[in-house]
Amino acid sequence: MTDLAIAANGLRKSYGDKTVLDGVDLAVPKGTIFSLLGPNGAGKTTAVKILSTLISADDGVVHVGGHDLARAPHAVRAAIGVTGQFSAVDGLITGEENMLLMADLHHLSKREGRRVAAELLERFDLTAAAKKPASTYSGGMKRRLDIAMTLVGDPRIIFLDEPTTGLDPRSRHNMWQIIRELVSDGVTVFLTTQYLEEADELADRIAVLNDGKIAAEGTAEELKRLVPGGHVRLRFTGPAAYQAAASALREATRDDEALALQIPSGGSQRELRSILDWLDAAGIEADELTVHTPDLDDVFFALTAGTDVPHQPKEAVR
Amino acid sequence: MSTPLAPARPNRISLAVRDSSTMLRRNLLHARRYPSLTLNLLLTPVMLLLLFVYVFGDVMSAGIGGGGADRSDYIAYLVPGLLLMTIGSTTIGTAVSVSNDMTEGIIARFRTMAIHRGSVLVGHVVGSVLQSIMSVVLVGAVGVAIGFRSTDATVLEWIAAFGLLTLFALALTWIAVGMGMVSPNAEAASNNAMPLIFLPLISSAFVPVDAMPGWFQPIAQYQPFTPAIETLRGLLLGTEIGNNGWLAVAWCLALTVLGYLWSKSVFNRDPK
Repeated sequence: MTDLAIAANGLRKSYGDKTVLDGVDLAVPKGTIFSLLGPNGAGKTTAVKILSTLISADDGVVHVGGHDLARAPHAVRAAIGVTGQFSAVDGLITGEENMLLMADLHHLSKREGRRVAAELLERFDLTAAAKKPASTYSGGMKRRLDIAMTLVGDPRIIFLDEPTTGLDPRSRHNMWQIIRELVSDGVTVFLTTQYLEEADELADRIAVLNDGKIAAEGTAEELKRLVPGGHVRLRFTGPAAYQAAASALREATRDDEALALQIPSGGSQRELRSILDWLDAAGIEADELTVHTPDLDDVFFALTAGTDVPHQPKEAVR
Repeated sequence: MSTPLAPARPNRISLAVRDSSTMLRRNLLHARRYPSLTLNLLLTPVMLLLLFVYVFGDVMSAGIGGGGADRSDYIAYLVPGLLLMTIGSTTIGTAVSVSNDMTEGIIARFRTMAIHRGSVLVGHVVGSVLQSIMSVVLVGAVGVAIGFRSTDATVLEWIAAFGLLTLFALALTWIAVGMGMVSPNAEAASNNAMPLIFLPLISSAFVPVDAMPGWFQPIAQYQPFTPAIETLRGLLLGTEIGNNGWLAVAWCLALTVLGYLWSKSVFNRDPK
């Protein structure tokens, strides 16, 4: 218990007759990045809202930073920092004023507040824009300001709700770098994302949330082991070549619409050569050949199936 | 981000005062950066003042004075009502800005911080009351410029008048905060707050209640603006106040308590 930054048992929440969280258990060790992964509407944001004291759960016991969420919300609030899905910055005032507002609310002295604000603006590359209204910032700048504001109080547990949604690739990579630096300072990060790559890249442990329940939990490696191996994808431009290949390759999964075949394969040189040899021998020419190693995408689609997931092998999982 | 010197755990009251004044500074900063909303709302009472004095003035003063058509009599009659209407008009801005604010992510941030919970609302209320008073002073200055003079009001009466205006602003502001909280967006807030500008039109601000049709008189009489207007008139112009003074104070206190409880309960609800 003491080495857990966040511990939740049997978390439940419903709005009317729609159940959003249906008995969620979470255990996040101190100083780690934990990623809650799930499709839109899976309940990720609701989970963050409950854990960060924004809304109350219908049922379940939650400890954050060692404090009981229901009994001591103020103590929980003192330990956490939250950066929500939508920028929690005051657009009407400047970036610097936003920072000083946070410093005042954390009861820092005037001097200390100015120092911390200047330091964080510098660290997040916002010094040049500090005197401009936050509403004029780009998406990436707003997120950076958002995180900088969260860090003013030096929180030990940080909730990041889809911190990179809507960011361009460069800003996303910058954000990843920021998150890594946070953890190296011993901070615990609770991250929600719909990008598997992001969870794979950052998280120590990943929980896949689907339909209000945890569908699987573990390290990225453990999760990848849950799905069968990778595949080679052959795409054809003409239906004739596609039909010929499809009838010859019985074990391949067909995708008639895209005129593509998926052949189970580990992606090693030898396996690839045998496929190429076979194609040559049969006189079939694929227009495109791509190798897919199993990634979290496969895990994600397999675990969150039931929704419409085309172009994926339908083998049973687990 | 070095750890600041841990402040001695402040007690509840000093935490509340400190956080509320931080929030007040935030709201005043908004008002100073974006004065157009406040100025637009100020336009309505000023326009009405000029319209009623210079366009309808002769007819109105003939009706009020019972013959002696002196425009300055009507200015004297009109200004107290318009000062209170100015407050109603300013608080529409409060409803709009509260509603805008509640849709901002920053409010969610405040809710997850270890700050005094009510400070967000208190900051809005105090800021709005200050703005109301400033607006009243501006409209009052226009009134004086076009000829309004109090008839031998004593210092005590001036203080009482000022107190009444402040109390009235406080009451309407809390109601406006509640209206802003339950409105999903700025347009809805502006519509929901319409009574605050509509009520003075059907009060004794422009014509005396007993000059209205009989069936309408109760509507004009039993609403917060009329007793407040009559009290202000009494204080500044020496007319009969009667029990309007107590009625006005009672209305203000009741609206303040109602608005406070309403806003607080809406704020404490789980956000969507």
